[in-house]
Amino acid sequence: MDLRVSSTRNITNAVMLSLSGVCTILVISVLFFILGYLLFHGISALNWNFFTQLPKPSGETGGGMANAIVGSGKILLLATCIGVPIGFLAGVYLAEYSGKVFAFTIRYVVDLLNGVPSIVIGIVAYALVVRPMKHYSALAGGVALGIMMIPIAVRTTEEFLRAVPNSLREGGVALGATRAKTIFTIVVPAAISGLVSGMMLNLARVAGETAPLLFTALGNMFWSRGWLQPIATLPVMIYNDAIAPEEDLHRQAWAAGFVLLFLVLAINVTARMIIARGPAGSRR
Amino acid sequence: MATAFQVESPRVLHAQRTFVQRLRGGDEVAYLTTLACAVAILVVVGLIVVELWMNSQPTVKTFGWNFLVTSTWDPNNDKFGALPFIYGTCVTSALALLIAIPLGVAAAVFLSEMAPPKLSNILTFLIELLAAVPSVIYGLLGIFILVPLIRDYLVPVLVKVFGFLPIFKGDFYGVSLLSAGLVLSVMVVPFIISVSREVLLAVPVEQREAALAVGATKWETTWQIVLPNASTGIIGSVFLALARALGETMAVTMVIGNTPKISGSLLSPGYSIAAVIANEFAEASGSLYISSLIFLGLVLFGLTIVINAVARILILTTQERGV
Repeated sequence: MDLRVSSTRNITNAVMLSLSGVCTILVISVLFFILGYLLFHGISALNWNFFTQLPKPSGETGGGMANAIVGSGKILLLATCIGVPIGFLAGVYLAEYSGKVFAFTIRYVVDLLNGVPSIVIGIVAYALVVRPMKHYSALAGGVALGIMMIPIAVRTTEEFLRAVPNSLREGGVALGATRAKTIFTIVVPAAISGLVSGMMLNLARVAGETAPLLFTALGNMFWSRGWLQPIATLPVMIYNDAIAPEEDLHRQAWAAGFVLLFLVLAINVTARMIIARGPAGSRR
Repeated sequence: MATAFQVESPRVLHAQRTFVQRLRGGDEVAYLTTLACAVAILVVVGLIVVELWMNSQPTVKTFGWNFLVTSTWDPNNDKFGALPFIYGTCVTSALALLIAIPLGVAAAVFLSEMAPPKLSNILTFLIELLAAVPSVIYGLLGIFILVPLIRDYLVPVLVKVFGFLPIFKGDFYGVSLLSAGLVLSVMVVPFIISVSREVLLAVPVEQREAALAVGATKWETTWQIVLPNASTGIIGSVFLALARALGETMAVTMVIGNTPKISGSLLSPGYSIAAVIANEFAEASGSLYISSLIFLGLVLFGLTIVINAVARILILTTQERGV
């Protein structure tokens, strides 16, 4: 009917809208490229030795990254012990206690902290831990990643606690519980699935961080005892192996990249599914 | 007033008693602990500023503002100038945004305006996974996959078509400002998409309905009504992406070439602020060398803080107006 009159408009409409679809497909295909390449190079490079042996000195082939896997685990444990309690309690404060202006300030500062480049956090951990102790250590790496975990821990806690209906709080207080008791025995348990998955996402995010570890945890070709020695981690290993000239180390880098990406994405998918299904998440 | 106060006084007494009780019951303890943690975050951010500032003093005292505008980087002779790094950071970030903005905004339009909600959610989920990929993995793929691809396919075409432009002159070895910009663009696109999508979804449905009702096509509605309405938030998302791009370290370090010189051509290797810190910090000897690297960290910190602060305000205002 009117089609001829507005044909140019219709064509523009169709072209531009399909272009936007093409852009979306383009971006998402990048994800599948990444997954595909890592599967392709990673699986073929992966073997049992990767999980059980130490790296071989340069020039020799074979070996594994057992120390880096344990090292990453240790540093992440340390980071969680530093970042999660501070972030969680600050989040409780924001959601349950604080007034408007102070809360806004904290929230804003938390967002800014979240945007600080990880390499800068590395410098600060260096100045705070490495320099006074005069050597690189797992502790310094844990502090760096711990600081990086704070912002997301705060925002996750606040968000999920706010999603808990007020009637639960009123119910607790009406039964004679103190405010603290209400928060920690009623409100927090009601939000627990969201909180735990939020913290998992947080952990997954820092698990792949390399930059802040380069001059805090440094790296180590051997096992690292305790918390005060330089320690190997998966991301730093990937970096060092990837820029090394030896072909065999590139193979190791692919294997480690595959393991790291698989872990990070697995945690992400699991946590996001729990959040999407959980009672606290349903309000969003 | 006085009488009122007298009437109140037993209650004040009561409150005092309950303060002790509440302390025993853990109420005040819980309050003070959570408050302390909230304040601790302010302290941490304060510490970051103080540590960066204090530790960069030797460089500030030695070079002053000249540090930021001279381009000699010669650790052996204790001569430090930050210009090549600032230049590299700016060029790669600009290139990344140049590619990421159209791509990201278009994808956000598709996700918010066209795709059915279910599909949109799945695709957004995948895009958020893309944001979760560690940067060292991007670097790994950058070195071994992207750089060879650029060298073999993209650059010959670029040189053939745009070879007369100074930005595509010179020899190409693979690692370059161009490679770093491309990797960065892939890394920041998810941020633009997910924030822009939310801002677009916050635009009231009535505005779309009104435009459609007066005969606008879907595209005209999007382009002339929805996008202008969401523009502040979209600009916010771009600033957010810019802050990410400026501070991104590993992927850039692995593909930029790590050469501290300023070159007009995108095909030549360069260096960025974050990359030089990552590369040289652990091996830096001499207090002036380390302090110069920390000063670079302070510059980076200042830049990202300002940009993030602006981004947050822009996004907040749009979302509040949208509601």
